[in-house]
Amino acid sequence: MEFAFTDEQAMIAETVRGFFAENATSERTRKAMAADGIDRELWSSFANELGLAGIGLPEEHGGAGLGMVEMALVAEAAGAQVAALPLLGHVMIGQAIARGGSEAQKAEWLPRLAAGELIATAAWAPKLSVADGRISGTFPFLPHGASADLLLVHSGSEAWIVDLKGAGVSVQAHVTMDQTRPFATATLDGAQGEQLADGDAAIAGALAAGWICLAAEALGGAQATLDRTVAYSKERVQFGRQIGSFQAYKHRLADMMIEIEQARSAVYWAACAVDEGSDEAQVALHSAKAFCADTYFMCAGNMIQLHGGIGFTWEHDAHLFFKRARSIQTLLGDGQWHREQVASAVLGAAA
Amino acid sequence: MKLGFSPADEAFRAECAAWLQAEMTGEFADIRGIPNLCDAIPRRKEWEQRLGEAGWGCIGWPRKWGGRDATIAQQVIFAEEYARAGAPNRINHIGVELAGPTILAFGSEEQKARYLPEIAAGRQIWCQGYSEPNAGSDLANVKTKARLEGGEWVVNGQKVWTSLAHYSDMIFVVARSEEGSAGPKGLSFLLMDMDQPGIEVRPIRQINGEAEFNETFLTDARCAADAMLGAAGEGWKVAMALLAFERGVSTLGQQMQFRNELDAVIDAARANGKAADPVIRQKIARAEIGLRLMRYGALRMLSGTDLAAIDGAALTYKIQWATWRRNLGELGMEVLGQAGEVASGDHYSWPTLPNLFLFSRSDTIYGGTNQIQRNLIAERGLGLPREPRGQA
Ligand SMILES: Cc1cc2nc3c(=O)[nH]c(=O)nc-3n(C[C@H](O)[C@H](O)[C@H](O)COP(=O)(O)OP(=O)(O)OC[C@H]3O[C@@H](n4cnc5c(N)ncnc54)[C@H](O)[C@@H]3O)c2cc1C
Repeated sequence: MEFAFTDEQAMIAETVRGFFAENATSERTRKAMAADGIDRELWSSFANELGLAGIGLPEEHGGAGLGMVEMALVAEAAGAQVAALPLLGHVMIGQAIARGGSEAQKAEWLPRLAAGELIATAAWAPKLSVADGRISGTFPFLPHGASADLLLVHSGSEAWIVDLKGAGVSVQAHVTMDQTRPFATATLDGAQGEQLADGDAAIAGALAAGWICLAAEALGGAQATLDRTVAYSKERVQFGRQIGSFQAYKHRLADMMIEIEQARSAVYWAACAVDEGSDEAQVALHSAKAFCADTYFMCAGNMIQLHGGIGFTWEHDAHLFFKRARSIQTLLGDGQWHREQVASAVLGAAA
Repeated sequence: MKLGFSPADEAFRAECAAWLQAEMTGEFADIRGIPNLCDAIPRRKEWEQRLGEAGWGCIGWPRKWGGRDATIAQQVIFAEEYARAGAPNRINHIGVELAGPTILAFGSEEQKARYLPEIAAGRQIWCQGYSEPNAGSDLANVKTKARLEGGEWVVNGQKVWTSLAHYSDMIFVVARSEEGSAGPKGLSFLLMDMDQPGIEVRPIRQINGEAEFNETFLTDARCAADAMLGAAGEGWKVAMALLAFERGVSTLGQQMQFRNELDAVIDAARANGKAADPVIRQKIARAEIGLRLMRYGALRMLSGTDLAAIDGAALTYKIQWATWRRNLGELGMEVLGQAGEVASGDHYSWPTLPNLFLFSRSDTIYGGTNQIQRNLIAERGLGLPREPRGQA
């Protein structure tokens, strides 16, 4: 049994945790929130100094190699700081091309993605029409869509990448509750799409990476809300006692830890299952996405409650976690949808 | 990080699966899949002995004491195959998983030689004499007294909720051996024969109609002066180490049994059409996800080399499985509807799912209640201040 990190994985985890804790500070995140939700300096050192934008991308195309477990470690650390990074679209498009692109497509796109030159976004369950490789349709809720260069869309078993700066594209930025990952709507009117060679593989790769990324962000975020609340519970004194000594308070923290321990198993189960091409991969992915998102939301809600009034302020970071948690719950399929996929695997399709 | 087991482990799986399948479809087919803890006790005693003869009784123990020196991976695999084959609950769970490991950890060579081979052979059934009427969650409040008289401990007091005491050969008793001591100090951990005039066992009927647990009265009950684990007055340390076995690795084998129970819920839902109900589908999905996460949590814990992390995961594991199973019990009844509330014969006796519904109310109580588990997680896992304790 080796369901534990290798030394190399443990080292990556430590490095990324240190990197985000030091650089993705509340101050910098808030600065990015006031703009387009991307801390460009962070993105640039993430990609260029650490070479982490290439994680999960093949080495022969400029990537860092490694797999979904390592990608999850990165997303977990980024999530712990609610980092303002366009990670979600990045890993989705990267895996779509790495798994479903032709050799020429890989050679063209992957080095640029690995270098962090491009910002990407992806559309979930889009409705589109295609004529002669020209795509039309409206694509709402694109994460970091207003800043993105590339869009991944799919339909049936076909997938395309679209240049968002090209002709026939208009993008409308939205004010989004989670300002660290604002949404935009892209309207394509006969925009030129580049079809990926193997659509099924591209879509499967993109979704797996997206679900793991969100689940891992949720895990990191949930753990951070617990750690920060535990620290606060030892500082704050009421009725002459540390509030963390009250049982009603500590039991809620214990409940957070119980869920987080399961969320941790979920993320690494799903990541490993994808890396190993296991039969369990689909069930693992749906389980991880649904479970981790719910865990994060519960923990972030508790964080606000257990901080009292200060937890309700804009100044305190609790709302960053809470809003990120809420958005993770609905991105790329909500919990009900994912659980229905698990139910279908167990019970057969719904009547 | 990897999901699966090594080829050597898979070969081991094939070996134990073949043996178990043969027994459960052959000589012991009559006790395959029985749901109740107290059904067919004589046959299950024979089954314990059959396991012992074939060397499957206590595979994690050293060969010297009747085990197989099995690795943790092999123990997990055996537990999985055991449940997959529908083999019945180990009637000697307490001997195999609690008494044995504690004797291995704290016993003298002579004590090991006396007890371990008997447990491994399936000839000696054990029960656990911890709880008392006024010492449940507050276990350190035990009042049962032990005093040395001649070459023997003489023990007086009352234990309660003693599972399977009425079928047991041995009991381990936590007793106060220092006059006037209080709390965790001055306790001793004694190993006593059940078959003696000083011990009287009265079964207590439970919520599901069965009588698995008992009141155990000790009136000048005796054991030899050296029938004790650890030093006199230091029984608390031994008692706590045993609880770690109870809450940790020994519960892993349950997972395949949980799989069987969830499958029974799924089968019932398919059979009566509830499998099409979207609310039921959500709940079954939650149960499925919870079960898988328990499995990977356990594998994470058992693969880990970082002991602090293992303790953290182990701390949360008891409340996790207990709560999962209690919820599954409720889900089973929701699937069955009113049909689940009617027994098939004229006895108050329940098939798997209604029995699960009733029995699982105890999962969140024994081995430390959910509230006590939360205290442990908060205090040991998160380092929060201890509960203030009053003077009893
Ligand atoms: C099926 C079954 C089998 C058992 N088998 C055995 C056995 O073989 N041997 C044995 O020794 N014992 C056995 N037990 C006993 C079991 O360990 C105790 O029931 C358990 O430890 C709880 O103690 P109690 O029943 O005295 O409840 P109490 O301790 O009286 O608890 C009552 C309620 O108060 C809550 N409570 C208590 N203290 C606190 C606290 N500090 N904070 C918050 N809430 C608190 C509890 O959570 C519970 O809800 C068994 C119990 C059951 C149900």
